[in-house]
Amino acid sequence: MKASAFAYARATSIGNALELLAAHGDKAKVLSGGQSLMPAMNLRLISPELIVDIGEIGELRGIALKGGVLSIGALTRHADLLKSPEIAAHSPLLTTAVAHVAHPAIRNRGTIGGSLAHADPASELPACMLALGAIIIARGQAGERRIPAKDFFRGIYETALSADELLVAVELPVTRKNASHFFDEFARRQGDYAIAGLAADAVVKDGAFTDLHLAFFAVGDRPVLSNAACRLINVVITPALMADVSAALDEELNPHDDQQATASMRRHLAKVLLVRCVSTLLGRTDLDARAA
Amino acid sequence: MTTKPAHREILSVLDRPNSYIGKTVPRPNLDRLLQGRGLYVSDVELPRMAHVVFLRSPHAHARIIGIDASAANQSPGTIAVVTGKQLAAVITPWVGVLSHLKGLKSAPQSAIAIDRVCWQGEAVAAVVATSRAGAEDAAEHVTVEYQELEPVTDMRTALDPKIPVIHPVLGDNLAFERNHDAGHVDQAFAESDEVVETEFIFGRHTGVTLEPRAVVADWNAAEARLTIYQGTQAPHMVQNIAALHLGLQEQQVRVVCKDVGGSFGIKVHIYADEMATYALSKLLRRPIKFVADRVESFNTDIHARDHRCMGKIGVQHDGTIKAFEIDDLTGIGPYSMYPRTSAIEANQIVNLVGGPYVTKNYRARARVVLQNKNVMCQYRAVGHPIACSVTEGLVDLAAMKIGMDPVEIRRRNLIADDAYPCASPSGLRFEKLSHHASLDKLLGMMDYQRLRAEQAELRKANIHRGIGIATFIEVTNPSAAFYGVGGARISSQDGVAVRLDAQGSVICQTSITEQGQGSESLTAQIVGSVLGVSMELVRVILGDTDNTPYGGGTWASRGAGIGGEAALQAAKALRKNILDVAAAILQSTAAELDIVNNSVVDADDGTPRIELKELARIVYFRPDTLPPGIQPELMATRHFVPREYPFAFTNGVQASWLELDAQTGFIKLLKHWVVEDCGTIINAQLVDEQIRGGVVQGLGAALFEKCIYDERGQLTNANMADYLVPMAAEMPDIDVGHVVSPTAETELGAKGAGEAGTAGAAAAVVNAVNDALRPFGAVVTEIPLTPQVILTALARI
Repeated sequence: MKASAFAYARATSIGNALELLAAHGDKAKVLSGGQSLMPAMNLRLISPELIVDIGEIGELRGIALKGGVLSIGALTRHADLLKSPEIAAHSPLLTTAVAHVAHPAIRNRGTIGGSLAHADPASELPACMLALGAIIIARGQAGERRIPAKDFFRGIYETALSADELLVAVELPVTRKNASHFFDEFARRQGDYAIAGLAADAVVKDGAFTDLHLAFFAVGDRPVLSNAACRLINVVITPALMADVSAALDEELNPHDDQQATASMRRHLAKVLLVRCVSTLLGRTDLDARAA
Repeated sequence: MTTKPAHREILSVLDRPNSYIGKTVPRPNLDRLLQGRGLYVSDVELPRMAHVVFLRSPHAHARIIGIDASAANQSPGTIAVVTGKQLAAVITPWVGVLSHLKGLKSAPQSAIAIDRVCWQGEAVAAVVATSRAGAEDAAEHVTVEYQELEPVTDMRTALDPKIPVIHPVLGDNLAFERNHDAGHVDQAFAESDEVVETEFIFGRHTGVTLEPRAVVADWNAAEARLTIYQGTQAPHMVQNIAALHLGLQEQQVRVVCKDVGGSFGIKVHIYADEMATYALSKLLRRPIKFVADRVESFNTDIHARDHRCMGKIGVQHDGTIKAFEIDDLTGIGPYSMYPRTSAIEANQIVNLVGGPYVTKNYRARARVVLQNKNVMCQYRAVGHPIACSVTEGLVDLAAMKIGMDPVEIRRRNLIADDAYPCASPSGLRFEKLSHHASLDKLLGMMDYQRLRAEQAELRKANIHRGIGIATFIEVTNPSAAFYGVGGARISSQDGVAVRLDAQGSVICQTSITEQGQGSESLTAQIVGSVLGVSMELVRVILGDTDNTPYGGGTWASRGAGIGGEAALQAAKALRKNILDVAAAILQSTAAELDIVNNSVVDADDGTPRIELKELARIVYFRPDTLPPGIQPELMATRHFVPREYPFAFTNGVQASWLELDAQTGFIKLLKHWVVEDCGTIINAQLVDEQIRGGVVQGLGAALFEKCIYDERGQLTNANMADYLVPMAAEMPDIDVGHVVSPTAETELGAKGAGEAGTAGAAAAVVNAVNDALRPFGAVVTEIPLTPQVILTALARI
């Protein structure tokens, strides 16, 4: 459980970090909170030649509200997200979701940029980015790219980032009038990776959805923004419609088997989440089979 | 304070003024541990010490064709790469059998595999370097050529003729079989109104200690002595085994065991890699440190509980249980573990099933098979959780079948509290148990009737809660019947030496060990109480074969009951010696004196006569002032072993209250209750926390913990992310109550408490889940009870 020998550089600026990444390419790894990287190195699952520690780059840290957009620096820690009044006021889904990220010790070190760049399909924040329509900002020596969340996640631990780019921030639109949110996940123990999870952002008016974004996670190789959920917008929702949407959701998911759950169990749980989400957001206990 | 002379001669530590017995007093070692000044094996640094990393087999079963260490030898800091064949020059192989487990067989096991590896994780070479990281680097450069062999992984087919025999010399893969038939089982089933039969499945799991196994072995060639620093539960056993296989006399081996970060039975065995570390020190003539990392802990720390058990119960409509029958099958890995063997768990199951109940009709078969997985052996509450889950699961299924409340069927069948002494259907002798008093107390604590009403009310709202009850018996204070009679040199007696030092403080050396359960504390409490000395003046020394009396150590819930009694008797002897000296100094008689608050006092009225420190000063520095013919002995040693009963059985009962999400299969534990009868309680908080810790380990087995092997014998979840240990957020509040039935075999009256929590927790949870599942007509008898298992039982997936 000792990492292989590696070189270490503490980047002094974004420019410096990008120089190091450009020079070393995929032989280098960016160290942010280290909550996934360090265990993988200690298990010798990966042995990078160079660690580029970005922890000292102050401009990567912090939460700012500008013109209806929340900008969150990549180095902002989960614990900071959790207690941020700006996040609570303008992106409450994120506040709710971050409480599900691992345990306090991990939230004290882990960062939003690290979580998104790592792109574990069972983690919470990528799904939130999808539900909220986030823009992920990547910077390379050639300049900055603004990548919509729906284009960012490409597979298990795969993103649109290239090896010489640094994820520097995310931008979220602030929450809208009549907006509400739902977040839940099923994990064997509190803080474990989810077996199935759902991050939802909605606008509800007169008992109906006028907008709805459902991002499921841990049910495929990346978070899934459900198209089927669009059928729940601007309609009176009946149990029959829920059954149809449930069936359509099933088509959108491509879950895997693992030690915690089979694919069919993940599908089942995703559909339970769908029902609980809709019935909770609309206050429609009649839709929830628990009451049946 | 007055003490009646009539009582003075009958010393009862329970009644003495200022007794620490039964009190919650802080553990003497807390400051040391909390200030980070504990001494764990990892903290031991010796001059010229090297680190060993074991290269472990990636295959469950393979022939070793060749090992090429030439590149590894060039790796910076490498001292040696040692193969099994090379190491065999200094250490002999062993066979893990005991003669009283008739028919038990196993094959010779080497410290490092020589020709063949038999489980994924078995060591094939030792890489010794100047640092752990350096040794890991070098290990990556050792090339081993394997020829894969067919692995035997499924215990259900391990005895099929077409399945390979792992050790051809043994003839088959059957390591052990025990059959037991008591009463008239066939007739009883024939006469039963209802017979229920089902299979219970228990997941293979392990004990996860905060501190992994660790050894520093230091062979001093000049002294021809080996010092072993090791976190072990049984230092004298380690001394015996190390000497035996290294060709040394026991006096040439010293085992030092300071602080230990949890053991739970994991650290009561002799592991091949530990033996290899001793041997490497002798071979390389320098101190060698081995600290298992988490991955190799999962692959090599003993596993336990991998059982499939058919269970059958016959019952009358009036609730009378007519008979129990079980057929248990377990797979223990490729070798029976050394020296305690891997047949004990199955043997315990045969012993314990049906144990709380009156019926004498009981038939059992247990088969123990070999397989190419990590070794299994004794882990906390050996066999108890399985016996309890099978027994209590069957009792609940029988109650369900005849429509009787689970409490009522137990009341009608538990052995009456006034029926002792008596024996179980498997022939175990019970001195004094308290099933009914314990059950009554439990029902009061949980307010059973109110809980049942609440459950019924919530069911109307589709909230599914369940109540599960599990009674159990527990083996504690084992005599020589456990291991000694089978030929193992594992002492069942313990010794304590107590001496008064020159300032009136007390030094106490005990052969029991401390792994966090409070052995230091209970020893100091007993000695302080008996002597009349403040606890803070009692210093307890343990865990050093050079500096403690000979004894068994701490395992099988024996520390308090056996080591505690030795401490009591030693302190009594010292007290007598002190009073004899005091009588001479004071021109009085010992009978007229007592020791209270660190002073000799008049027994009648408590008048202080001489402080112990003054008495000690006279004895040690001015013996010339003592009357002629007085030779004070301010040190006394006593040993103790139970002789009347092979085991001091205890009993208890647990209850679980939980909520089941019938849509998702998730279980939320709401509350857990335990009533336990461990006889005399020495430190109430330590006992309660033993129980709670044990319950948590039982709940881990019930809901979370499982070593998941694939069909090739690969352990696929050997890390803390995938192997789920119970964590605080999922644990319910655990209320603990006591009934006290002291054993008459000792003056102390203490029985063990270490296994109780683990013994019954899973059974209570499974019964509660089945209670919650009742409206759905589903029954589960498999643990861990994952959401997958429950959703499958509910046919939702």
